[in-house]
Amino acid sequence: MKRVDAFPYLLLIPALLLVGTIAAWPLVETFRLSFTDASMKQTQSYVGFENYAKFFQRDFWPILGRTLVWTSLSVSLKLVMGLLGAVLLNAAVPGRALFRILIMPPWVVPVAVGCFMWAWMYNGQFGMISGLGQRFELFSGPFEFLAYKQAAFIATVVTDVWIGTPLVSLYLLAAMQTIPKDLYEAAWTDGAGRFYRFRRVTLPLLMPSITTMALLSTIWTFNSFEIIWILTEGGPRGSTTTMIIDTYRTAISRFRYGEGAARAVMILICLMVLSAIYLALLNRLTRKGRTK
Amino acid sequence: MINRYRWWELVLIYAGMALFLTFMLAPFVEAFMVSLRPLAEVFRIPYRFFAEGMSFANYHQIWISQPMLGRWIINSFGIAVAVTALSMACSIPAAYAFARFKFKLRDGLLSVFLAVSMVGAAVLIIPLYKLMLALGLLNTYAAMIIPGAAFTVPTGIFLMRSYFMRIPAELEEAAYVDGASRLYTMRRVILPIAAPGMVVVAITTFITAYAQQFLFALTFNSKNHLNPLPVGLYQFFGHQEVRWNELMAASIVGVLPVLVLYVFLQRYIVAGLTAGAVKE
Repeated sequence: MKRVDAFPYLLLIPALLLVGTIAAWPLVETFRLSFTDASMKQTQSYVGFENYAKFFQRDFWPILGRTLVWTSLSVSLKLVMGLLGAVLLNAAVPGRALFRILIMPPWVVPVAVGCFMWAWMYNGQFGMISGLGQRFELFSGPFEFLAYKQAAFIATVVTDVWIGTPLVSLYLLAAMQTIPKDLYEAAWTDGAGRFYRFRRVTLPLLMPSITTMALLSTIWTFNSFEIIWILTEGGPRGSTTTMIIDTYRTAISRFRYGEGAARAVMILICLMVLSAIYLALLNRLTRKGRTK
Repeated sequence: MINRYRWWELVLIYAGMALFLTFMLAPFVEAFMVSLRPLAEVFRIPYRFFAEGMSFANYHQIWISQPMLGRWIINSFGIAVAVTALSMACSIPAAYAFARFKFKLRDGLLSVFLAVSMVGAAVLIIPLYKLMLALGLLNTYAAMIIPGAAFTVPTGIFLMRSYFMRIPAELEEAAYVDGASRLYTMRRVILPIAAPGMVVVAITTFITAYAQQFLFALTFNSKNHLNPLPVGLYQFFGHQEVRWNELMAASIVGVLPVLVLYVFLQRYIVAGLTAGAVKE
């Protein structure tokens, strides 16, 4: 049995070829470019850590801080809403099937189209939110959500939550349905009320799924590009410029490939930290599952 | 008994559902209402939900003022189908290898795919752009299909792997005993059994591919007749004077096919999405 079995490797060739070319090589190339002054010119030379130094001197910390606030705000809202949605989906009441169909459209339609719809909702002169806000005298006049720093920040988070929540709900619902029924019945026989059962049976057993989802959602949200790009392009005055938006603007809009690559590497480092946490957690959870 | 709700619990549940759905559906409802308004009513102060002169006229007008609309919708579907096919062709054999065979690099390669699934496409956009330029693929469908597929492969592998692992290994052993080759066993024994799982993964991949075709088209394509719907509409969106009623009508026409598809296939989609969440 010493000879190397080629069959599994043959099966892997298409996937490795595709992912290797499109993801693995660009990963390496990003690192290399980050040490060059690559731009639209034909030539490029190595500049050491200059791109990084520039980034750190200028705006790394504010952008990192903004990205972390944006991501954690959005992820926590998605989790709270997602859990609420899962509880509602799990309730054995008439109309549940219809409810399940109706909460998914934000995830089904193209992200860009969802953003067009929200851009109209946020329109200050003629949009629905500003209009209704004035009718009920919440605002004294037209309120252009995407034109003010904080409002734009919140608005992009809300749209991101809108798109991300359905998926979180479904994941948590699926996890909820694997909880054995006898646990609930036992608790019920002991006289536990519905809320008590949720707190003492559902929530603890759901915790591994919630944690997994929290980390996955953090990674996806951290990578989020379309929503902010379409709604604000990172504005007004940089208030919604997350690391991804900043990298795209530097590299693609301003053609500074080298500087953009250095910024991309910083994103990769953040993602590595997040993935390391995720993997460690995954290992701990599976090990716990085995010993029980 | 245990599942019987008291009246106030029912009120709470339905109130919760109503609130939830208001948030999820408000943009769609408002987009539909705007698509029915004439332009003068769109730009009217104060805001009115039910405007005067609402009609389906915009649904006729969009085909004239955005003559490419039909083309964009077909492009969107074509790209999503091609992404799904390419992604499945790569992820099914790979998932089978990961699920069934013990080989030296298995855990290492699996972690590589896991790592790739965590990197967003936007991070790698610079070398990807250079790659597409070098391969001469800028302004072709391939520039939107190939990267689109690559970034869905890892998820496909993980989903398919969990399906394959659920198929009892005795089936293959029986086939080997009968003298079948491994390739034959995979094609004639395992793949037919895994077909329902494959359908689920294909549908999920299609929806994802349809929903996320903005970045590559925006960056790698400048030919309008090759654009998928999102980027096609985005050109109209950026302008000072957005014709919101027509933009919304076009958006609704563009997403209607996939929404109808979703309603019919939602059982499979839900199964596909949740397969990864629940670990045995």
